[in-house]
Amino acid sequence: MSSNALAARPVIYNDEVVKKFVIAAVFWAIIAFGLGVYIASELAWPSLNLGLSFTNFGRLRPVHTSAAVFAFGGSALIGTSLYVVQRTCHARLWGGAALANFIFWGYQFFIVMAALSYVMGYSQGREYAEPEWHIDLWLTVVWVLYLLVFLGTLIKRNEPHIYVANWFYLAFIITIAVLHLVNNAALPISWYSAKSYGAYTGVQDALVQWWYGHNAVGFFLTAGFLGMMYYFIPKAAGRPVYSYRLSIVHFWTLIFMYIWAGPHHLHWTSLPDWTQTLGMAFSIMLWMPSWGGMINGLMTLSGAWDKLRTDPGLRFSVTAVGFYGMSTFEGPVMSVREVNALSHYTDWTIGHVHSGALGWVAFISFGALYYLVPVLWGRKALYSNRLASWHYWIATLGIVFYIVSMWVAGIMEGLMWRAYDKFGFLQYSFVESVIAIHPFMVIRMIGGVFFLLGGIIMAYNLRKTVTSPTTEQPRQGLGTPLGGFAVAGE
Amino acid sequence: MFIRHEWFEKNALLLLIGSLLTISIGGIVEIVPLFTIETTVEHVDGIRPYSPLELRGRDIYVREGCYLCHSQQIRTLRDEVERYGHYSIAAESMYDHPFQWGSKRIGPDLARVGGKYSNDWHYAHLKNAQSLVPESLMPHYAFLSETPLQTDDIVERMTTLRTLGTPYTDDDIANAKADLLAQADPAADNAKLVGRYPKAIEASGNGKEVTEADALVAYLQMLGTLVNFADTNTERLRQ
Repeated sequence: MSSNALAARPVIYNDEVVKKFVIAAVFWAIIAFGLGVYIASELAWPSLNLGLSFTNFGRLRPVHTSAAVFAFGGSALIGTSLYVVQRTCHARLWGGAALANFIFWGYQFFIVMAALSYVMGYSQGREYAEPEWHIDLWLTVVWVLYLLVFLGTLIKRNEPHIYVANWFYLAFIITIAVLHLVNNAALPISWYSAKSYGAYTGVQDALVQWWYGHNAVGFFLTAGFLGMMYYFIPKAAGRPVYSYRLSIVHFWTLIFMYIWAGPHHLHWTSLPDWTQTLGMAFSIMLWMPSWGGMINGLMTLSGAWDKLRTDPGLRFSVTAVGFYGMSTFEGPVMSVREVNALSHYTDWTIGHVHSGALGWVAFISFGALYYLVPVLWGRKALYSNRLASWHYWIATLGIVFYIVSMWVAGIMEGLMWRAYDKFGFLQYSFVESVIAIHPFMVIRMIGGVFFLLGGIIMAYNLRKTVTSPTTEQPRQGLGTPLGGFAVAGE
Repeated sequence: MFIRHEWFEKNALLLLIGSLLTISIGGIVEIVPLFTIETTVEHVDGIRPYSPLELRGRDIYVREGCYLCHSQQIRTLRDEVERYGHYSIAAESMYDHPFQWGSKRIGPDLARVGGKYSNDWHYAHLKNAQSLVPESLMPHYAFLSETPLQTDDIVERMTTLRTLGTPYTDDDIANAKADLLAQADPAADNAKLVGRYPKAIEASGNGKEVTEADALVAYLQMLGTLVNFADTNTERLRQ
């Protein structure tokens, strides 16, 4: 589309709802990291459980995971998707401001309800799908409206093509809807009770849950954030996506293969062997589309690598893609049945999850937040690049502490549990492995403190970016001063 | 090429439908057969639905998030079988809504913890795990022994499970409350209870009111005890 046509029809974007999601993402980031530090401390010093029902590890861990994945990650995803879809479609959000606001408040209400319900003792007992049936129904309503707004904006777009970031966001939204509905099928014990029983049992339930669980990773924590990568990295680097063809291959192969990988969570269990093998095979194949996407993200910086020195936001985004490559290599390795025999049930899994969650999900979100805040609030730059740099190095160090300690602890647990003495007896009791990993529980907690500190620095920096007189810029005419043009139109 | 990618890039609904079809294939191929192939779950003697008190104990196990630190799935590996007992078979979780196989062992596997320790040990351990295992990371669950068990909705719970496929009989449901109280009462005659739920273990902490700890101990004490592995072998499990 010619730039004349764009100029002739100025579009006023709905940035108010994006701002709300940005603030929510920063807020929930601090909550999620703080809770993570607290429950990590409980595993180092169990007296911190306090013996109260609502402070015990079992009830707080779902609050931490939900705060990290759904509250922080979800707010970042929904917020950026609503920003990106407007910019790349050159169209205001479909459905009006009230509907967009309802999605924001409805989603935040879901998060608060879920967190309160866990500490009060309501849980479906399904990892990453703990909310009970009434909260699930509420989320379904919010999610369908979100899908409609996103799809409606795509349909009313003023650009001939749908930009690649939107493919990933759309696949994320629709797949999460399918996963949520199938996995949470349940029957309440009465319409007045929050307690329900899930529709499936035993083996079938295990596979449905890990089909859900793994694709919560695949579509919530991967596809959605890849959408973020495909918009914010080209935008911040000022370069087009490295290969358009590669993004097509990346998209379809990734969404096709991810969905098969769930059974690798159930190796050597009562799940039939053929399902385990299929899950393992697809997990290994998944390495290829994952690295295709990583290459596409990194190579986009060709000719713009110097910006890593001057743009701390871009540094977060690019490091995130690096961590994405690392976790998506580690994952297929751990999905091999023989490796899994050692790694499963140990802290190696926890380390793997966090190299993805901290290194990829959080870092790509930080990159987007550092980009978005000056743009949304009409500021000429970040308040302090120096503080953003501090955030970067403290958080990176925190991740290194975290994942290295978990590798050591996990492999040690795996080896101790299977160690035999010279008489052919098991060498260690279970509790000896608990004692052995104590130092690594402490190191992991310290890594978490670093990551939390980084988050607090970011929150301060972003707050000052919005309020400090030093970041003000001279007033301009209509439209947003920066970033008003679509990548696809360039 | 018969399919042009341009179609998907220019039509949002086509992109939506294309994505939906692409993500459906894997799930359908892997999940649907598990519900239709008869060999997914073996037929094994001894497997029965949970007694009312065990069921309430299991609900508490789920509520407190025990599965976040304890697995209930012994894998088919030599060291696991020697440490925890016979590997878990599918039939042992066939009445589990939801399954509680877990994904992390911060504490040991519990699939066959039933009968390994006395009731007294479990009550003391739930109250203060470090008093028995000083290095344990387990939180204190003293409040369970102080909280009376809510028993009013036991019939609703069991009928809901029956709707979902658990074979509770009319007799089971009519006697639900009586069975629950009998299993938590040391003075009660348990003949009828054990007739309906073989191997059910009586659990009573204070001998007065039924507490949440009673339910949880009754549940823990039956875990992995239903199948007599001396009477069965891999050949018989294979079908």
